[in-house]
Amino acid sequence: HIKKMALRALVGCKRVIDYAVKIRVKPDKMGVVTEGVKHSMNPFDEIALEEAVRMKEKKLVSEIVAVSCGPTACQETLRTALAMGADRAVHVEVNGEDYDNLQPLAVSKIFAKLVQQEKADLLFLGKQAIDGDCNQTGQMVASLLDWPQATFTSKIDKEGDSLKIIREVDGGLEHIEVKIPVVITADLRLNEPRYATLPNIMKAKKKPMAKYTPADFEVDISPRLKIISVEDPPVRQAGSKVENVDELIEKLKGAGVI
Amino acid sequence: MSLMNRIITLNEVAGILVCQSGCILENLDDLLAEKGLMMPLDLGAKGSCHIGGNASTNAGGLRLLRYGSLHGSILGLEVVLADGTVLDCLSTMRKDNTGYDLKQLFIGAEGTLGVVTAVSILTPPRPKCVNVALMGCVDFSQVQNVYLTAKKYLGEILSAVEFFDEGSSQLVKRQLGLQNPLEACPFYVLIETSGSNEKHDQEKLDSCLEYLLSHKIIEDGTVATDQTKIKLLWGLRENITEALVKDGVTYKYDISLPLEYLYDLVEIMQHRLKGVAKYTIGYGHVGDGNLHLNIVGETHSNELLNEIEPFVFEWTAQHKGSISAEHGLGFKKAKYIHYSKTPEAVQLMTKLKSLFDPKGILNPYKMLPQR
Repeated sequence: HIKKMALRALVGCKRVIDYAVKIRVKPDKMGVVTEGVKHSMNPFDEIALEEAVRMKEKKLVSEIVAVSCGPTACQETLRTALAMGADRAVHVEVNGEDYDNLQPLAVSKIFAKLVQQEKADLLFLGKQAIDGDCNQTGQMVASLLDWPQATFTSKIDKEGDSLKIIREVDGGLEHIEVKIPVVITADLRLNEPRYATLPNIMKAKKKPMAKYTPADFEVDISPRLKIISVEDPPVRQAGSKVENVDELIEKLKGAGVI
Repeated sequence: MSLMNRIITLNEVAGILVCQSGCILENLDDLLAEKGLMMPLDLGAKGSCHIGGNASTNAGGLRLLRYGSLHGSILGLEVVLADGTVLDCLSTMRKDNTGYDLKQLFIGAEGTLGVVTAVSILTPPRPKCVNVALMGCVDFSQVQNVYLTAKKYLGEILSAVEFFDEGSSQLVKRQLGLQNPLEACPFYVLIETSGSNEKHDQEKLDSCLEYLLSHKIIEDGTVATDQTKIKLLWGLRENITEALVKDGVTYKYDISLPLEYLYDLVEIMQHRLKGVAKYTIGYGHVGDGNLHLNIVGETHSNELLNEIEPFVFEWTAQHKGSISAEHGLGFKKAKYIHYSKTPEAVQLMTKLKSLFDPKGILNPYKMLPQR
């Protein structure tokens, strides 16, 4: 791995159903309705991208490449990434049933190959995608590349050839130091992503976008897991309002609680 | 009235809802959302206002630009008259030219001619794709230009055009911590598009914004890329009222004016009230020519009030505007009706009132000046 002064960052930007949309399970119970539903960039990926852009503004990163795997509509997500500050984009096209069955291991293999091809020093990802909630890609890519990983990051500072990281863990905050090159996954409190301003949205249209397929990286994307069914969570039982304390006591006695 | 909150019928094909007047607007909209439909109006109070009240006040709101006023979207009303008669004008017909259109009298009558107990209303299809853009302008003529350009480029997908000034933007930041993503500008314009095809709408919006930017009609702008950002951008406009409440004593005026004078009144009041008021801000529905003028003072002050009224009403009358665009006259402004209506008109209104309510029991002292 060649040492460089300024770093190149690769950022994964997944196109997912918008966070605010009400999810509906498909009648065949094999997935959720995506047709005609509003999609946007995975919020954690947005945070990851914002961090890369801030590092670029501090001149710690010289180039940001945004990457997305999926159908043609992913190019929309990549345009947003370019508008937020990425320099160029890579779209790895995966369509239809192949895309429905695209799982983290396959995505990790594609990312590992891309990182090597683009000679990236940093791979930024969201900690998990809000559709799959797998929280696996970052860790798997680090393993495939034999790179250190800093997951659930809430603060990143550069010191020499290393990054000083604060991670959010169950017990609180963990301070670690990792050597570059490294895989970083972003957690909610890392930063607040910027709005893309119009001049940048216009400029983004002219930034380069390269297109590939998984075959270009010799990656086998066949699934290792099979989805058996997707169901709504059980309906919450309704509560009831009582008119006064006497009625409350009566109900509590009836429920055998007092 | 809140107990009368039943849905009577919903015709999904025609898009017509009939319900009792105690139904809350937001609840109706949520219900219609399940069917891919929506209510033709939207306002800040949607979580608590009754549809019957909306009818009686001819409520305006944020989407009048696209779906028109309730005078057009309400198909029928059931009204209880002063003598107890239940007047059934609850038609669900789009077209019905049989006799005088009585329901129009009750819409906006503020309950002074009868009590609305049921409403039949059009329910347009819910848009599949909504986009929001916020832009910064250096002066109000640019704001007008934005509106003109938006109409040309966005045409049928345009669903809202709102503006607010720098004072309003600073206010929501100060009181509610809401951050405007744009550089400081004297004016901000928020545009919303609602359509059925995402690709088509995005292309139209893109070419509109590109035109605005390249012709320097706007200084800066941003487009919301997801639902959360859409809510945040709308929040900058919708929360101004709440922020005002926290910032001092507010004197509020809801004025309709020809578009070219819309902001002049704000500047005139800022000048006139220097040293007397804390500040004056303006925001509102550009597309409808409706200004919400707000003057903030430290405390209640007759001195300040006398500097404002009747000057504001006189100025509005001189420029052929309305002293109450959507908020109505109620109790406080009943005596000012002559600033926007001729004596002959007011006389006829008084005659109608006597006809409908000879004993004066329906919302007395409201809307019309006392004899």
